[in-house]
Amino acid sequence: MNKLSFPAFVFLSFIVVVVLSSSAYVIDETEQVIITEFGKPVGTPINSDPNVKESGLHFKKPFIQTVNRIEKRVMEWDGPATEMPTRDKLYITVDNFARWRIADPQKYFESLRDTRTALSRLDDAIGGATRSIIAKHDLIEVIRSDKARVATLPDDLVETGIPATLPTIRYGRQALDQEILVAAKSKAKLWGIELIDVRFKRINYKAGVIDKIYDRMRTERQQIASKFISEGEGEAAKIKGRTEKDLLEIQSKAYRQEQEIKGKADAEATQIYATAYNSSAQAPDFYQFLKTLDTYEKTINRETTAIFTTDSDLFRLLKSVEKQPASEPAVPTP
Amino acid sequence: MTSWDILDSVKRVIDVFSNDRPSSARSLSFRKLLFIPLLIALLVGVFSSFYTVNTESVAVVQRFGRFQKTTPPGLHFKIPFSVDRVTIVPTLRQLKLEFGFATRGATNEYQGSQQPELERNMVTGDLNAAEVEWVVQYGISDPVQYLFHVHEPEATLRDISESSMNEVVGDRTIDEVLTYGRSEIEMDCLKKLQTTMEQFNMGIRIEQIQLKNVHPPRAVQNSFDEVNRAQQEREERINIANGERNKVIPKASGLAQQMISAAEGYALQRTNEAQGDVARFNQLLVQYEKAPLVTKQRLYLETMNTVLPKMGSKVIIDEDAKQFLPLMNLPSTPAPTSKR
Repeated sequence: MNKLSFPAFVFLSFIVVVVLSSSAYVIDETEQVIITEFGKPVGTPINSDPNVKESGLHFKKPFIQTVNRIEKRVMEWDGPATEMPTRDKLYITVDNFARWRIADPQKYFESLRDTRTALSRLDDAIGGATRSIIAKHDLIEVIRSDKARVATLPDDLVETGIPATLPTIRYGRQALDQEILVAAKSKAKLWGIELIDVRFKRINYKAGVIDKIYDRMRTERQQIASKFISEGEGEAAKIKGRTEKDLLEIQSKAYRQEQEIKGKADAEATQIYATAYNSSAQAPDFYQFLKTLDTYEKTINRETTAIFTTDSDLFRLLKSVEKQPASEPAVPTP
Repeated sequence: MTSWDILDSVKRVIDVFSNDRPSSARSLSFRKLLFIPLLIALLVGVFSSFYTVNTESVAVVQRFGRFQKTTPPGLHFKIPFSVDRVTIVPTLRQLKLEFGFATRGATNEYQGSQQPELERNMVTGDLNAAEVEWVVQYGISDPVQYLFHVHEPEATLRDISESSMNEVVGDRTIDEVLTYGRSEIEMDCLKKLQTTMEQFNMGIRIEQIQLKNVHPPRAVQNSFDEVNRAQQEREERINIANGERNKVIPKASGLAQQMISAAEGYALQRTNEAQGDVARFNQLLVQYEKAPLVTKQRLYLETMNTVLPKMGSKVIIDEDAKQFLPLMNLPSTPAPTSKR
């Protein structure tokens, strides 16, 4: 304080602060830096090698050197959804995205400088590659991925006729992704950009195409529906037929059994009678006699008129007491 | 230390300068003025030198931009004036992304869908169209990777999720997507997404994928409903036929049983009667054989005894009257009983 007056001290420290703040700079983990001297890059880019950690506090020549910060993280490119035709002349809307990083900051800085320019260049490069590769393949190649996959169908639905086949593919989505990546990668490299990967995000049918797709879906469903209905009718008819058959079978079987039982009983009864009525020499005669009497009893009633003659067994006494009885009684007429 | 305490001490320091040396030089007042900003700077430094981390997060500390350490929940100190920068990352919070729809009032700006219509619509492997809505649940597994490796991790995650779902749906038939393949789609998509996440080193772990509404496009919804109706109708027709069958067959079986039972009854009756008749006959026969003529006559007369009174009219004629029969008017009135 004695050698240096207080205002001078303040002034000096102000100078130091200004110089320091122009010289010191901080590099974040997410950045890489190129130092330029009057717009011309000097030295190698800082913190650009992923294996060497150079983030932190750094110093440069004050005033004449400028710090240019460049993104170090993996960046995303999300292209606009674009309509394009496939090889089988179907118009689809393709939306894909890519991931990229600035691998050569020097080149990047010289050719593009900022991310906005980079993204618009990538639009051209990836967009163009996508268009030409989609045009080289059928629609199914960009829809399906796994060549080996077979559609599943639960066992209980097999009979319904729900279609469970997937169109076969030769390349598949990943192969197309890869083709686009390869085509765009070399271009991006010229700008110091490493294109890490490109993927299809979504594929949609174009408005004009979608109606045809809907029509096809409708007719396909109608087919399934009519199959269900006719199946129901067929199944019901089968059941009805079986019912009819079973019914007739039950009825006829019962009839047969009934007749068999009755016949057997009749035969048995006949046999019982026959044995009894043939048991002795006089049995048949006696049977005939009894049966005749029985018949009289059953057939004669109030409406019966009988004419007897006096030589009948019953009335012979009317004529003579001594006469011999006749062998047969007279036959009454009903 | 509350702010009032600090203000008190500041006042005391100022008092030292202003009251203790009231008659000091003018240059001193300039010095005094210089102390005030320094003091304020000091206070700001003290205030900004600690930070708290809540229980569901960790803090990532960078010194001059360079990654220093991660700190667990609690109160921590740091070097102020932008030397140490602290970013709080909620590693334990479960986050989610919605596709094809957006729940209102979500705190995570990436959660809802920006273009639900486009996200929902997909092309299936059999080149049909389907509308698929789903949710991805995720968390931050590595805060350092999450902050430093990828520029916009959530936006990237959204794109990769959509790409994976499109891929999985693109390898399936419309019926697999709409009905029986749902859980398989969730599993496949989760597997795919997890593999990609490992590959991309984004510091994000995928916990779950849930399919929400999955339905055919509105324009063809009717046709799909038609199939369901047809399926119901098939069942209904089969049920009706079975119902009719159930109405007829048991009744017929019962009737058949009745017929058979009746026949069996008949058989029993027939044989029993025959046996009864025969038993009676045999008894009579034994007696008959002892005195055939007498028995015969007795039986005859007995029968006549019961039969004749029941008879409407009887005509007894002499055995010599041969011309009687043609003269008689038989059917009309009971014939006159004539006696000779």
